[in-house]
Amino acid sequence: MSAEKKTVTLNMGPQHPSTHGVLRVKLELDGERVVTAEPIIGYLHTGIEKTMESMLYYKAIPATDRMDYLAPMSNNLGYCLAVEKLMDIEVPEKVKWARVCLVELTRVASHLVWLGTHSIDLGAMSMLMYAFRERELIIDLYEACGGQRMMTSYIRIGGLASDLPADFEKKVRNIIKTIREKMKDYDKLLTENPIFIMRTKGVAVISAEDAINYCLSGPMLRGCGVNYDVRKANPYSGYENFDFDVPLGKNGDAYDRYLIRMEEMRQSLKIAEQAIDGMPEGPYRAHVPGVVLPPKEDVLYKMESMIFHFKIITDGFEAPVGSVYQAIESPKGELGFYITGDGTNIPRRVRVRPPSFVNLGALPILTEGHLLADVVCAIGSIDIVLGEVDR
Amino acid sequence: MGLEEKIPDSIILTSLDKMVNWARKRSMWPLGFGLACCAIEMISTFAAHFDLARYGMEVMRASPRQADLMIVAGRVSMKMVPVIKTLYEQMPNPKWVISMGACASCGGVFNNYAILQGVDRIIPVDIYVPGCPPRPEQLMDGILKLQEIVEKDSLKKVHEEWGRKAV
Repeated sequence: MSAEKKTVTLNMGPQHPSTHGVLRVKLELDGERVVTAEPIIGYLHTGIEKTMESMLYYKAIPATDRMDYLAPMSNNLGYCLAVEKLMDIEVPEKVKWARVCLVELTRVASHLVWLGTHSIDLGAMSMLMYAFRERELIIDLYEACGGQRMMTSYIRIGGLASDLPADFEKKVRNIIKTIREKMKDYDKLLTENPIFIMRTKGVAVISAEDAINYCLSGPMLRGCGVNYDVRKANPYSGYENFDFDVPLGKNGDAYDRYLIRMEEMRQSLKIAEQAIDGMPEGPYRAHVPGVVLPPKEDVLYKMESMIFHFKIITDGFEAPVGSVYQAIESPKGELGFYITGDGTNIPRRVRVRPPSFVNLGALPILTEGHLLADVVCAIGSIDIVLGEVDR
Repeated sequence: MGLEEKIPDSIILTSLDKMVNWARKRSMWPLGFGLACCAIEMISTFAAHFDLARYGMEVMRASPRQADLMIVAGRVSMKMVPVIKTLYEQMPNPKWVISMGACASCGGVFNNYAILQGVDRIIPVDIYVPGCPPRPEQLMDGILKLQEIVEKDSLKKVHEEWGRKAV
């Protein structure tokens, strides 16, 4: 027998309950220790970018929903802001505030799914039930706004799909009150739970320098103490008017990222509350004839509006020649849309900077030298969503 | 695997059919397998608010060897096709398939190079649930409809149909 050191190759996924979809990780194991972990992606490749390049600017919005399906509103907002930048559209104040309110609640919904799935990966079964119970409230709000539970496409170019529902304020206040109350229960269940701490503290560590070099964003970056949040660094959609803190970690491990996401949920509720308190009155769509759809009420009774509606729906609008990049802080990190217009009614190129994809690149460094069981914890703490990784 | 293989051909089944189908209908074990957006609605269906456990179906199995119902929840990309075929073939008989959502049923909004235009091109589907994604109630309705199919099955008939394989 040779005395050389032998490693075992193990495939994890694409059908595995802890890979959050169809991620495949090729593991090189030395006993229980991970030598290398190579993420292999593409099992959910949908060709969304290519699809968007063959669609009118309006019609690409439903495709954005299906990228990060845990945070559909954030995707809508990123795309619409990019097109608005390209077309130089200024949206009414009310739209900005309503968007902020909805996007922050989306962050809570996305983090709730993360909380449930991450803790079920670590063996805390009941957390998933609690997290999904609270998420239902936000999904109900989506349904009241956009008529759909998940793929709402509610945020449109130049405004919203329809006016906010009559009981919007009541619903949002109920969500804020309920989730604030339930967050205390989550804290009791997990934050000081010795098993949870043992599974997450000192696991999947990344240094601030590595995090910057790997171009990480969102809680992955802030977990190492790097203060970068697109909402503060490059405010969009009126975020400069809101008062909130950006939670920072110290050690860059899975536990710090957990604490950050929990604090982000609290801050998001705070922002949503400010947005609902200060929601101004006004139209729900910008008035830009020929580019932004006229309000539906006008389309039914005014000849001109009907003509504009028909023309925009069939022909779209012609975007100027040029490129724009618009980033937003999605629940996973910096979500950017890069759109190149070529003077026609369809974009020449749409490129998405997906936070999950970039963050997933850090998996090898997070798991190197750790135990096999910690790979599950690392994948969970990155908070990937495969629809966005593969697009 | 199943009971069917132990029954000789010359026996007529009536009451045994009823009993077996009743048991099978109420203890279906789905494969815990999500692809895309629909998987989140599938989890919602199993979670607290909708609680599929009421119909005896809460035991999600991570291994296809222990499952008898495959819920194809989400879009099937070309790279995923051989994986789904393998998973289906690994499941023991008798087995059923629910195609959940527009993408799994017909490609949905994605008619392009990357997405398989309907999972029924590779594996036989029993129930199609429409929607993008379907509401949890819709999935539950699909499952109840599947239970009706299972209820009417005969052990003999199922035995004959086992010839059908992934194409």
